[in-house]
Amino acid sequence: MFAPQLLGFVSPSINWWALLPQMILLGAALLILLLSSLAPRRSSTTFATVTTLSAAITAYFVSIGLWYDVEREGASSSIASAFGVDGFSIFFTMLILIALAITALLSHHYLDREGIDPPEFHALLLCSAAGAIVMAAANDLVVMFLGLEALSIAIYVMIAMHSRRSEARESAVKYFVLGAFSSAFLLYGIALTYGATGSTNLVHVREYLDAVVFRDQHMLMAAMGLLLVGLSFKVAAAPFHFWAPDVYQGAPSPVTGWMASIAKAAGFAALLRIFFAAFASHDSDWSPVVAVLAFVTLVVGAVMAILQTDVKRMLAFSSISHAGYVLVAVQSASNDGTAAALFYLFTYTLMVLGTFAVVGAMGSDDDHPLTRYAGLGRSKPLIALSLTALLLAQAGVPTTSGFIAKFQVISAAVSNQSYFLAGAAMVTAVIGAFMYLRIIMTMYVVDDDESGPSPVWHWTTSTVVLGTVIFTMVLGLVPQFLIEFAEQAVPILIRG
Amino acid sequence: MLLNQFLILGAVLFSVGVYGVLARRNGVMVLMSIELMLNAVNINLVVFGVQHGVVSGQVFALFIIAVAAAEVGVGLAIVLLLYRNRTSIDVEDFDLMRG
Repeated sequence: MFAPQLLGFVSPSINWWALLPQMILLGAALLILLLSSLAPRRSSTTFATVTTLSAAITAYFVSIGLWYDVEREGASSSIASAFGVDGFSIFFTMLILIALAITALLSHHYLDREGIDPPEFHALLLCSAAGAIVMAAANDLVVMFLGLEALSIAIYVMIAMHSRRSEARESAVKYFVLGAFSSAFLLYGIALTYGATGSTNLVHVREYLDAVVFRDQHMLMAAMGLLLVGLSFKVAAAPFHFWAPDVYQGAPSPVTGWMASIAKAAGFAALLRIFFAAFASHDSDWSPVVAVLAFVTLVVGAVMAILQTDVKRMLAFSSISHAGYVLVAVQSASNDGTAAALFYLFTYTLMVLGTFAVVGAMGSDDDHPLTRYAGLGRSKPLIALSLTALLLAQAGVPTTSGFIAKFQVISAAVSNQSYFLAGAAMVTAVIGAFMYLRIIMTMYVVDDDESGPSPVWHWTTSTVVLGTVIFTMVLGLVPQFLIEFAEQAVPILIRG
Repeated sequence: MLLNQFLILGAVLFSVGVYGVLARRNGVMVLMSIELMLNAVNINLVVFGVQHGVVSGQVFALFIIAVAAAEVGVGLAIVLLLYRNRTSIDVEDFDLMRG
């Protein structure tokens, strides 16, 4: 009796070209695992790094091609509208690939130094990047969830891989429990969205919400609340941030950089696609809640950072306050606000990866007391200068990309008449600057009383630091191209 | 149909899971509580699928079952690593990092 139904089944058309970037990444992951298990002795780090880098670069060129396709033919979606091919997805694909290349370079020296197996680490990194791309491009909540899990499960293992350190394992168990906990909230939200609208496809959800007026919308409200809670955990927005300092401190530094940049960026991509694109007709319901989250996140991130004495914990709170700025842009629920959020995420990703490159090179990961950075201004002037530039950019000092990003966010909030939030963002930027200045002061003013092991600089680390500093400075002076790029990358939901 | 009863069952199971994650001290019990939360979601999905008269809810539930299995596999491995290190899986003992 099933035969007629089976004969009537038409498989959806698949635009393989649009799926190519993440297929290249997964292919590279399989290649690394296969060749390293066939190799007679322990395979070299160089092989894994080069494979990851070439996969990232190849996929980047493919996504440039996709960008011109979208510009020429307009946005579309593939696999029965489950996978979006629009400026938004390609913007995040490019961002993730750049971060992937940087993290591969960073981990090159780090893995050798700490004795972590390179092939497994790189294979997991590639899987995690592919998951992040799927999450940013998904037009269907099921696909988004699968992308999220591919991203997160790989990161759990990457944290726990550091075999000698208890902090790393503890950090892994904390991230795992909180990650799975928040996934369950997200899933409950997805289930209620499915119940309220009859579909998990965001295109359908949007059309349904535009067309139907609910008699009572309790279920939809609960769905939005649960989705917001789940995603707030992922992007470390207060009051769902308490895992971040512990996890960032205990995780290996390249993984911390990857979590702070890409896990956060992918979380915001999902947030924007669900709330800004699919729940657009209900923005008066979710926008005030996001505004409250943004305010709390800004205050917690700025104030708690002052109390820390460990550099990695300081940077964890700084990444929480950055999430607050992006939420300020998200709550404006406008195209300008979304473009500002995308610009912020792009510049923030490069700044934070550069900063964690320096932190990772500063010695073993047992702890990162501020005193270790004392006297760096004299012993390693170039590195100290680069770290100063990156920290000033994170503080939002003019002539850096951080200033343009904060300016865009605040002007989006002002044009949405959220004057209070715009004011709060400016005040917390000043409070937050204190923490960055404290690290800079320690490097230049405080004398180095204890001569610990001197950091070893591998050329890959130096390249990354130099590249991110140059990018940050150049973008502070000529931001126009990235602003236009972000404006064209606002998410669009299109059927078919 | 008895839609509400199933939704209430899902909500209660989810709340029991949340309580378990927050209150239990044994690492394995925390993992089981997370499983409980995910299965509460599965009940919701299947019920909504029946209500809308489509199978997509059940298909999604199958996806969640598969992902939950992968997730709990990784979770158990991490808990085992910690056990080898400390001979304890009490989550209150995991306090190396303070700030």
